[in-house]
Amino acid sequence: MRRIQEYYRKLGREPTDVELETFAQTWSEHCVHKTFKGIILYDGEEIDGLLKSTVARVTRELSPEWCFSVFEDNAGIVDFEGDYAIAFKVETHNHPSAIEPFGGAATGVGGVIRDVLGVWGEPIANTDVLCFGPLDYPYEKLPEGMRHPRFIFTYVVAGIGSYGNNMGIPTVNGAIFFDESYVGNPLVYCGTVGIVKKSKYKREAKPGDVLLLVGGRTGRDGIHGVTFASSELEEGAEEIFGTAVQIGDPIEEEKIKRAILKVREAELGSAITDLGGGGLSSAIGEQAHRFGCGARVHLERVPLKYENMKPWEIWVSESQERMLLIVPPSNLDRVLEIFADEEVEATAIGELIPERRLEIYYHDEKVAELDVEFLFEGLPRVRRTARWSPPELSEPSFEPGRLGEDLHRILAMPNVASKESVIRTYDHEVKAATVLKPLQGEACDGPGDAAVLKPLRNSWKGIAISNGLNPEYGKIDAYWMAASAIDEAIRNNIAVGGRRIALLDNFCWGNPEKPENLGTLVRAAKACYDIARAYETPFISGKDSLYNESPLGGVTPTLLISALGIVPDVRRTVSMDFKREGSYIYILGETKPELGGSHYYKLKGFLGKSVPKVEPSKAKRTFEALTRAIDAGLVKACHDLSEGGLAVALAEMCFSGNVGAEVELSLVPTSQTMRHDFILFSESNSRFLVEVPPSKAQEFEALMNGVTFAKIGETGGDEVVVTHLGEELLREGIRELKESWQSGVRL
Amino acid sequence: MKLSEARVLVMRGPGTNCDAETAAAIVELGAKAEVVHVNRFIKGKRSLEEFHGLVIPGGFSFGDRIRSGAIFGKMLSYSLRRELQSFVDEGKPILGICNGFQVLIESGLLPFGEVGEPTLALAKNASARFEDRWVYLRKCNSSLFTLKLKNVSRMPVANAEGRVVLPLGEEKRMLAQLEENHQVALRYCSAEGEVAQGEYPLNPSGSYADIAGLTSPEGTILGMMPHPERAFYRYMYPDWTRGNNEAKGDGYAIFEGMLVYIVERF
Repeated sequence: MRRIQEYYRKLGREPTDVELETFAQTWSEHCVHKTFKGIILYDGEEIDGLLKSTVARVTRELSPEWCFSVFEDNAGIVDFEGDYAIAFKVETHNHPSAIEPFGGAATGVGGVIRDVLGVWGEPIANTDVLCFGPLDYPYEKLPEGMRHPRFIFTYVVAGIGSYGNNMGIPTVNGAIFFDESYVGNPLVYCGTVGIVKKSKYKREAKPGDVLLLVGGRTGRDGIHGVTFASSELEEGAEEIFGTAVQIGDPIEEEKIKRAILKVREAELGSAITDLGGGGLSSAIGEQAHRFGCGARVHLERVPLKYENMKPWEIWVSESQERMLLIVPPSNLDRVLEIFADEEVEATAIGELIPERRLEIYYHDEKVAELDVEFLFEGLPRVRRTARWSPPELSEPSFEPGRLGEDLHRILAMPNVASKESVIRTYDHEVKAATVLKPLQGEACDGPGDAAVLKPLRNSWKGIAISNGLNPEYGKIDAYWMAASAIDEAIRNNIAVGGRRIALLDNFCWGNPEKPENLGTLVRAAKACYDIARAYETPFISGKDSLYNESPLGGVTPTLLISALGIVPDVRRTVSMDFKREGSYIYILGETKPELGGSHYYKLKGFLGKSVPKVEPSKAKRTFEALTRAIDAGLVKACHDLSEGGLAVALAEMCFSGNVGAEVELSLVPTSQTMRHDFILFSESNSRFLVEVPPSKAQEFEALMNGVTFAKIGETGGDEVVVTHLGEELLREGIRELKESWQSGVRL
Repeated sequence: MKLSEARVLVMRGPGTNCDAETAAAIVELGAKAEVVHVNRFIKGKRSLEEFHGLVIPGGFSFGDRIRSGAIFGKMLSYSLRRELQSFVDEGKPILGICNGFQVLIESGLLPFGEVGEPTLALAKNASARFEDRWVYLRKCNSSLFTLKLKNVSRMPVANAEGRVVLPLGEEKRMLAQLEENHQVALRYCSAEGEVAQGEYPLNPSGSYADIAGLTSPEGTILGMMPHPERAFYRYMYPDWTRGNNEAKGDGYAIFEGMLVYIVERF
């Protein structure tokens, strides 16, 4: 505020409402990421820009030649094949989804699709990761005016399905996680993958080029969306920000997509960006800043949904389904014709100018004149303090119960249970390019580790899309939560045959002005650097959503890692279901007494302390050996070990493949002597179960040289049987296990 | 005519979204396919006469407002009535997939091959949900489209409104008429080919008499809820990783049948 006062004192005039609103948008947490770019004092250390010293540093140090565009554009872009590259972006739409779940989630999807259109990309797949309060949360505990998790869950899922299905973009990968801390503030992560042609990726706007606003009309919906996103959710938020949740129209966006792709093919535009947070004010300001020029805008030319909107409302409205194209004047007629053919409104609302300022007119009146430099560089950096001290936790002490019963109960826990009822409401195969679908196995209902797409009709090359998310571990230590999320996203990708992996980070945290919240954020970001650097997996894009708080408190620190890998030949892709009887079952990686934050402890009512850690140098060897085995065609099925550990992974592979298995626990490589139940349910990272035909066993074992691995059993029968030195610990029918797993979450 | 000379129109409207993979299927079989917006025909810039076959692909035309396919269907029956009717009368084949089936019903082209008012409807699924699921289909007639199709085939459905509903009180009479004309082309069934008898999820929508696809009395128009273009190659199947080395999927036969007919007839 003081900075703005100074600026206007020097100019010798008062700011206009349009100008003040521009600052409010451009300088909001949502748009500038003050926290991630500011200075943080942490444990005697002064961190000069958390983003650039952790996440972005990985990419800077690795700087792989296959990264085409990272962190600078609306989406990260990596090389694929020839002229084709892949763009990937993940966004959050949390606060809108808390207030109006259907509209909030739908426009979350619509917004991230526009991010991909905003890099001249053709959207080909969506991902979604959702965090809700428990579905059986007691109504009487719910604060006045707050929606029940069951309501939010139902309508968020409907909103996501509606937008993606209507636009014909398959929703191929995701996760749903339940935790009490999301009751007042659900998390809705929406991702979109797109195909970019490098030769058609135009970023060459210059003064004189026309600002063309295309798509839906502008209304009062979505005014102050970014300032809403950058504040805590308080009681009564609905009244204050009732206009902040937008209304989605996927068919309009589908038409825009068609027109934009035609403009791309004909190379008629000189730049493009989406209209998201901050509306015109952010989009035009950013483009002027990017191309080192200014812009003149005539707000009265903007097509409106209704009369009597004030100039500042037009300038900051976040109405959906709008994009900004920048077009050389000589191409304008052809571009307008393309949009007319698709029945999409396109209006020239101004032009770029050489002077580095924004001149905003409403009819003949100049309603704002802003210095672009000051608008983008003038914001003083925030200084914040971060604190972290390990929470006082201890390992529980309890006697093991009936392991078979525990397995049934863990399979039915909402975070493990089948999400089939949700997945089926998303079209996950429109475009006919989803080679490995989210539901796999004999009855097409098993839980896939990652989706594989074959984006080009005339090439067998594919991409693998996966994610990692472990909020439970964050309750113990955000560092190992982040490390585990990275490991999980990568191993899910490796499990289906992915490699050359690029990562995306999405942080959802509580108010960063509270030093404890910032402390866990710093630890998570540091883990992102350490682990991703060691795995040599660059981050290509990311986003943070802070201020996720409600009257019930902040959300548990939640980091979503999304991974994008390359599959050289999709015909080598491996699914997670056991394929036949008499195969050998191998475990890769070491099992440790790491049950802190595990589902087994949770089942017993504990959190614990021994959070799973990551040893990147060992894990990397495992990943590389597994990739070689998959490429050699030795692997019939592969599944990563995550929630519920060995027992859950084994059960899932069995009931998905409709074949039983018998394994001997004493053969599982462990770091030390461990209790049987701990071996079964430990959630140690970097582990896989692999099915190998006996005829290929020798070759497989040779490839595993230098990796911790063991053959622990064989497939067969219709039960999961676990023994220890011949003594039977568990024997459960696969049909019954599947029933438990399918009973946990119903839409 | 040579196969390479066969020209198939893939007609789209706002919200059509399965046009690219549908056109690709036709092109990969060796014919020509062109995706053209319906407005080009209404404005008179293009003509249906340029084409030997028509496919209306899946999607959410006009956002499924009013009813799935209703607006697109009306556009065809009012603005392209004469052109479309002569296309049908010349015996040129028309295939409607998913939303395209809904459009054919809404334009009156199905079940009786006459542009006009709809005589039956595709209603909301019994589950009241959009559902994406692979189903088994039993071949029930041998029209040009189903000639090369296996007796029991697999394809995915992905829709919210796929339940065939016949006029109230006249269901039996109309079904008998459809059966007598051999118009019931596809029925939902079990892996063994037993008709689903309304059982979910074999019959995913609760469709009357397990109807998944209908042809016109002459057999030159087929509307079907399942997506043959998504079962065109084996790698599109949800369980291809369990082994099966055939390259082609069951949906291949639908397009092949259409093109073979065009080549022989024109």
